Amino acid sequence: MDKLLQINNGECIERSHIPRVSPELFYRQLNQFVRNGGFVVQFFAYPENKQMIQLAVLRSSNLYILETAVTREYPSLTRSAGAKFNLFEREMAEQYGLRPAGHPWLKMLRYHANTSDRPDVFNNTYSEDIPGNYPYFQIQGESIHEVAVGPVHAGIIEPGHFRFQCAGEEVLHLEIQLGYQHRGVERMLRTVPHKRLISLCENIAGDTTIGHGLCCCQAIEALTGLIVARGASTVRTIAFELERLANHIGDLGALSGDVAFNPPAAYFGRIRGEFLNLLLQLSGNRFGKGLLRPGGVGYVMAAEQRQTIANKLKELRPEIQHVCDLLFTAHTVLARFEDTGTVSREIAHDLGLVGVCGRASGLEYDVREFFPTERYQDLPGLSNQVSHGDVYSRAMARYEDIVHSLDLIELLLAEEEQGYPAAALNEHEYQLAPSSCVVTLNEGWRGELSHCVLTDEQGQIARYKVKDPSFHNWPGLAMALRNQGISDFPLCNKSFNLSYCGFDL
Amino acid sequence: MQSVLSLILAFLLIPLLPGIILKTKALFTGKKGPPLLIKYYTLIKLLRKGSVYSTSTTFVFALGPLISCTTAAMALLFFPIAWVKPVLSFQGDIIVLLYLFGLGRFFTIAAALDTASPFEGMGAAREAFFSTLSEITLFGVLILFFRMNGSLSLGGYFAGPAPLSFAGTEAALLVLVVVGLFMVLLAENSRVPVDDPTTHLELTMIHEAMILDHSGPDLALIELGAYCKLFFYAAFVACLLKPPHLNLGFVSATLLFYGLIFLVYAAIGITESVTARLKMPKVAKYLLTSFALVFFAIILTSMELIQ
Repeated sequence: MDKLLQINNGECIERSHIPRVSPELFYRQLNQFVRNGGFVVQFFAYPENKQMIQLAVLRSSNLYILETAVTREYPSLTRSAGAKFNLFEREMAEQYGLRPAGHPWLKMLRYHANTSDRPDVFNNTYSEDIPGNYPYFQIQGESIHEVAVGPVHAGIIEPGHFRFQCAGEEVLHLEIQLGYQHRGVERMLRTVPHKRLISLCENIAGDTTIGHGLCCCQAIEALTGLIVARGASTVRTIAFELERLANHIGDLGALSGDVAFNPPAAYFGRIRGEFLNLLLQLSGNRFGKGLLRPGGVGYVMAAEQRQTIANKLKELRPEIQHVCDLLFTAHTVLARFEDTGTVSREIAHDLGLVGVCGRASGLEYDVREFFPTERYQDLPGLSNQVSHGDVYSRAMARYEDIVHSLDLIELLLAEEEQGYPAAALNEHEYQLAPSSCVVTLNEGWRGELSHCVLTDEQGQIARYKVKDPSFHNWPGLAMALRNQGISDFPLCNKSFNLSYCGFDL
Repeated sequence: MQSVLSLILAFLLIPLLPGIILKTKALFTGKKGPPLLIKYYTLIKLLRKGSVYSTSTTFVFALGPLISCTTAAMALLFFPIAWVKPVLSFQGDIIVLLYLFGLGRFFTIAAALDTASPFEGMGAAREAFFSTLSEITLFGVLILFFRMNGSLSLGGYFAGPAPLSFAGTEAALLVLVVVGLFMVLLAENSRVPVDDPTTHLELTMIHEAMILDHSGPDLALIELGAYCKLFFYAAFVACLLKPPHLNLGFVSATLLFYGLIFLVYAAIGITESVTARLKMPKVAKYLLTSFALVFFAIILTSMELIQ
């Protein structure tokens, strides 16, 4: 009965081992799994010999994989099993023209023509500018007014369109329409020489360079059988945590700035720079571009850099502590953070929120603990203390993450030195294992990142699927705004701080 | 002569003063901050630019900045700057004055609504609501001052035969008034904790949201009007803070006055550095608190009269 195949994070499996079941069984299994509290990691389609295959990667405390052949239409799981499938099904409809029958909210995600010869699901011709034929949800009534924000914003943020239905100051509904930065990353990843995969992945979302880079490296390593030295793995882990630190600290500063509490905003802004500079020390780039390479790291971490990082952390830790104390003890700040933009545990679970936002709502899920990669199995896990699901919880979850990351880096630096070798420069094209599949997961600073790579008989990439945590969390922001003041939107938005380009791909 | 002199001096100094707030805030955040003369540069920059008008706006849109600036500047004609008799003064001028501000606000709101932008309408609604509430406090102050010194003109309050000062039993009441007025000052001039003048987030703005579509000289007028209004309120508070039984010449009075003004602006900067903004629904409570303070003072004067 239970056909799900259990897999490991970053394990290369033969595609013939993936259980391919009948559609009826497939949808029943997925439905059952998610109704029993499971989550969706990946759910995408790919073409194979003129037919379409749907592949699902699910997680409970283990990872499972399952696939089925699908024709033009299939019964919507969003309708039968819930919102965890919502965006995945819309994505498939957009990418391959597969219609989820009975989907309650079938709208485009990124506005591009599908790559099959099936008719467009959204009746778009793509001759108009984005969003084309997009029916916004509207509430009718005398006292309802509609506010449209973006895609061009006043601050230095990425483009996205927000449509509010308000009664006075109260938001009744928020609709988020993205796609302005769609670049066709997944298609491009399929066509480039394998040597360039890592460079492309590092640029999927600039603030998650290390995160997406790590997922890509682990996938290539699984498919080529490259072994990463322990020292190189340590450097990767340190870089991954530095990226987390820089972004979380930047977020806390931005949250503070949004409620017009300037001192922490200024201090955190500087401290964020310090962490970016540590990445610069490691790789020559403030976002860590060029550091991760399949098989290890691109640069040696010398004793000098190791010392610099250790010294800097010792210097910054009390500073971070002080500024966080300043932020979290200011009662005017707490008055703004508390009970603002609350996402209950129930809703967070239904939507399948991940990362900081999920933990802030009480979903204890951290890839570093559940499916550890690199050095994480040797390191202690994180447990969040605050889980009310409001802006305060999300800020607090970041703070706890920051302290945890500092601990992890210090633990790694305190280890006896065994050398941190750089990966051998690969001048040849990587030979990927043919007809294989690998799923990699990592806990990016926003949450669960996942790449899934399928190769064909020649060892070429048949499908490269990228999933940024923002893909799970954008609906969370929309829910957080229900019955909130519209003036609190920027604060809620900042507390989620989701990626537009990571979503738009 | 002295009245005209101090008025001219005030107009020259008005754009300098907001620089003090910026410097104070910079001090708290460990930054250097913009130069003190930044607002002069801003005005010059804006005046040299052209204005852009949306095709959907009418003459009302252009009228907004003009009227809000003139009314704010006119208010200073009635103000006893540095306790010198004002240029214009008559019994009841303070009521005219408050409505002059009201007129300026009306046209700012009308101009905002004229653009038909969702942000500006939202900003206008907030401004209209919150200024109604701060008006209650201001009229409370008028009632109180009328009871205390029998005058209904600004000149009468500070440059008349029996000026208000921190002498005698009145002092305690004036403390309440100073606090109440300072709260209204922050609200009326779109400062933290009610509004955030530096925010770029349209959805959270109050005053700024209403002027998003103005540009060039129009924006310069709005800015200048805002500086005048802020100066008016700051001067009101500063005048109340004069130490009692002090007979000063014109020069020393002017120096003392600007010293006090400096303190008020610095206090605004400090407030903005140590508090976050209020949640929008809490602003009404904040403004009513200022009214409660003033109302308490009024009750106290009544009790004095009964005795």
